[in-house]
Amino acid sequence: MVPHVTALPVVVPFITAAVLVILRPLSRRWVNDAVSIAGVTTVIVLCAILLERSARRPFAYWMGGFKPVHDVTIGISLSLDPLGAGLALFSAVLVLASLAYSAHYFDAVDGLFHALMLLFGAAMVGFSLTGDLFNLIVFFELMGAAAYALTGYLIEERAPIQGAINFAITNSIAGYAMFIGVALLYARTGALNMAQIGLALDRHGADPLVVVAMVLLFIGFLTKAAAVPVHFWLADAHAVAPVPVCVLFSGVMIELGVYAVARLYWVIFAGPMHPHMAALRAILVAVGVVTALLGALMCFQQRHIKRLLAFSSIAHIGVFICGIGLLSARALAGVAVYVVGQGLTKGALFMTTGVLLHRFKTVDEYELHGRGREIPVVGVLLAIGGLMLAALPPFTLFAGKSLLEDSAASAGYGWLIVVFVIASVATGAAILRVTGRVFLGCGPADAPGAGQARAARVTEEEMQDRPDHTPPMMVVVPVLLLVLTVAVALIPGAVPAVEEAAARFTDHAAYARWVLAGQAVHWPAVAPSHISAADVLYSAGSVLGAVVLAAFGLFGRPLRRRVPAAIGVPWLRALHTLRDLHSGHIGDYIAWWTAGTSLLGAICLLTLA
Amino acid sequence: MSRRARLTLFAIAGPGLAAVLIIGFRGLPAFGDYHDVYGLVVNGVELSMRHATDYVTALNFDVRAFDTLGEEYILFASVLGVTLLLRVMRGEDEEYRAAEHGMSGSSDAVRLAALLLIPSLIALGVYLVIHGALTPGGGFQGGIVLAAAPAAILIAGRYLELKVLCPTRAIEAAEGIGALGYCLLGLGGLIFASVYFKNFLPAGNPGQLLSAGFMPLNSIAVGLEVMGAFLIVWTAFLDQALLVRRRTGEAT
Amino acid sequence: MSFLPYAVAAWLFGVGLWGVVSSRHMVRTIISLAVVQSATYVLLLAIGYRSGGQAPIAADIPPVAKLVDPTVQVLVLTDVVIEATVSALLLALVIQAHKRFGSVDPSDLRPLRD
Repeated sequence: MVPHVTALPVVVPFITAAVLVILRPLSRRWVNDAVSIAGVTTVIVLCAILLERSARRPFAYWMGGFKPVHDVTIGISLSLDPLGAGLALFSAVLVLASLAYSAHYFDAVDGLFHALMLLFGAAMVGFSLTGDLFNLIVFFELMGAAAYALTGYLIEERAPIQGAINFAITNSIAGYAMFIGVALLYARTGALNMAQIGLALDRHGADPLVVVAMVLLFIGFLTKAAAVPVHFWLADAHAVAPVPVCVLFSGVMIELGVYAVARLYWVIFAGPMHPHMAALRAILVAVGVVTALLGALMCFQQRHIKRLLAFSSIAHIGVFICGIGLLSARALAGVAVYVVGQGLTKGALFMTTGVLLHRFKTVDEYELHGRGREIPVVGVLLAIGGLMLAALPPFTLFAGKSLLEDSAASAGYGWLIVVFVIASVATGAAILRVTGRVFLGCGPADAPGAGQARAARVTEEEMQDRPDHTPPMMVVVPVLLLVLTVAVALIPGAVPAVEEAAARFTDHAAYARWVLAGQAVHWPAVAPSHISAADVLYSAGSVLGAVVLAAFGLFGRPLRRRVPAAIGVPWLRALHTLRDLHSGHIGDYIAWWTAGTSLLGAICLLTLA
Repeated sequence: MSRRARLTLFAIAGPGLAAVLIIGFRGLPAFGDYHDVYGLVVNGVELSMRHATDYVTALNFDVRAFDTLGEEYILFASVLGVTLLLRVMRGEDEEYRAAEHGMSGSSDAVRLAALLLIPSLIALGVYLVIHGALTPGGGFQGGIVLAAAPAAILIAGRYLELKVLCPTRAIEAAEGIGALGYCLLGLGGLIFASVYFKNFLPAGNPGQLLSAGFMPLNSIAVGLEVMGAFLIVWTAFLDQALLVRRRTGEAT
Repeated sequence: MSFLPYAVAAWLFGVGLWGVVSSRHMVRTIISLAVVQSATYVLLLAIGYRSGGQAPIAADIPPVAKLVDPTVQVLVLTDVVIEATVSALLLALVIQAHKRFGSVDPSDLRPLRD
């Protein structure tokens, strides 16, 4: 009944990476490419099998055969439900896209790049599938170790080193906070399996220890997800990591942090926090709103295209946190669909930026002014990506967004729709503005902020080819990703299947039954939601708003000069202060991390204990 | 932010965080009063089920073997990362003459001490690794002791001989074989006992070397990997300090 | 008195974070990270201790009913390996930082200012 291949999606990349490293003295580029792509493709096939099986009936796979006895277990389980399996599949697909994109031309340092990407992929798959809390943290750390090395890849530049250091220190501290959270839960319940912990906490209820454990675990995963105020590391890391790596960071790694918060809530904390659901909802939504607005604001300010994309990811993460913070099944389904759409689109956008980087050696919007005219295809891709981010109907991001809007309205948080629209408009507009300036030559070719321009130029080569010839893979793969973004929501039954999967995910009482006792749970059918006219209206408004804002960004300088100084000067000063906070200094980042954690802890202890 | 602003922010937030932690810790059982289920079950079960007498290693390599797999690969990924980040770049060269200058001659007494250390460390390391399931020790601990044996050559002031004796490619291959071996043992569980990481070898008599199923094999695989990993990391750092120079001949 | 190990864990966590925030030398930052990590070791081992308990092994010593919890020791072992490896990565980055920037003071690492 339980598939024998369940452990293999994690083990196959491990084995492949080890083999690649053993054979490094003899390695050839095409062999490394072929072997790693074959490995990831195997993982995709296995994950698809597991997704199909878990959609029929979720199941748990007990490592070493240590099955639970009377709801007590000492073994580690992979607890497969359709959302987790789907996320694993999505991670593997993006890893394949990155490897295909970087095939042959990316400077792979004798197979080290391939091995690290495989380990990164294995960690993401394991993270999505595991049912054990400590195992979750082990895979979190593995994701981190591979990510830190991949961020600092271009060691001949100065910025990657700083970016990697900031990334590593921030995420390590987040991991340490999570260890303390796990220790607290272990001391209380004597269990490390998530279902068993949840069952034990149901009996005991909430008290300060459980609240503090929740705060520490949440802040750890929210750091990985780059929520405000623990988000500073993300823009640094994205600005300096090589493009295929950025695809994975923005496409799926940060979304896994949001997944973990949702999983921990619904499996472990839903019982003790049930009487306080409204307060917890308010707290999570507040974090999400601040993140979305700050991300949107900073995104539109950037001229460094990779940093711009990083802040747009932060804005979307804010929307995701609002979504899971609503603590409802339909919102979760909306987030899941939105994550897939956003990940594919962001991946395509990073890849097209990579083409610009390869050809022109810079990712500064102003320095690229008009130069994109020689590669119009890339411009079309960028424009499509921008429209997708603005939630162009009827595609995947739109489908996810409409589910989110519906659930926000029915939970009494209708004003969240404004926040969602702002995030879509700002991020879409930024990309459309870049498209206009780079590919159509619109707008002025100079602007203050020369420091950013310097940071956006590169001297070290990511790619090993002549810059005037763009390798075909670098264009084909983003096209495929955008096609997927268009297609996923249009597959009949795809979105209702996600809604059903979300209903299973949020069923706290049933989780322990199918994980620990292996029972087949009968769930009632979920009525699929329909797209209303209001949803189409909001999204059409977002797209229109994005185009208008982009035009304002390109041609609006005379308008901006007319803004009265009473508004203009404090606004500029506030903006300047906000940007100064993103200083690149690790001490600043950790001070903000401490502030965020203690504030979240204080608020939660006061309202939830 | 200015340094003062940063420190002021932390001066407020830090004690706040400590207070949150203390409030949480107050819910913990009193020190010395551990009474929960997990440890009791393991302590009761491991001897009878697997005939292993060191419960920590039994947990590590049998019950929670999947965690150890992830942990082992964290080590593997970090070593790959160190190799990547400390690679020789354009404009740099490995200069062996500089290395000989760097390590000044050591006395005969030190060299003799190192010579005596090496077989002792190897013996201790091998003992720790293969007796992992019986006495305190195991792959991780034994692996580090094994890595220390070639490092004794370094103490004797002979870094270049160390590089000849332990060539990087061979050590990398050893590390990879260790990592691969651990995965394959899990696969053995899948093939022979139909569950990944199920202990498929006979349990033997408690206290004997060939007991506790595949735990000694796991231990050896991990020991090999850890030994390789730490040797690679140490030589990478020492290369940077002693060998790698910018091409004009100046020290970096 | 029985709360002391937990208080020590909280103190270490705070002091380590202070070290990271206030450090002017990257190596000191990394050592402070290790101090933060050691807070988790102290906490875990303190949780698993049983008064009068013996080490969780059954060979070479007379068997006794009370053994300390081996699970937290396994968790700490995993943590130690993670910390060693991340420190190795960070130190490699610091070496490269020293070569590129000529300094290991976090304030001197400039390029990523917004």
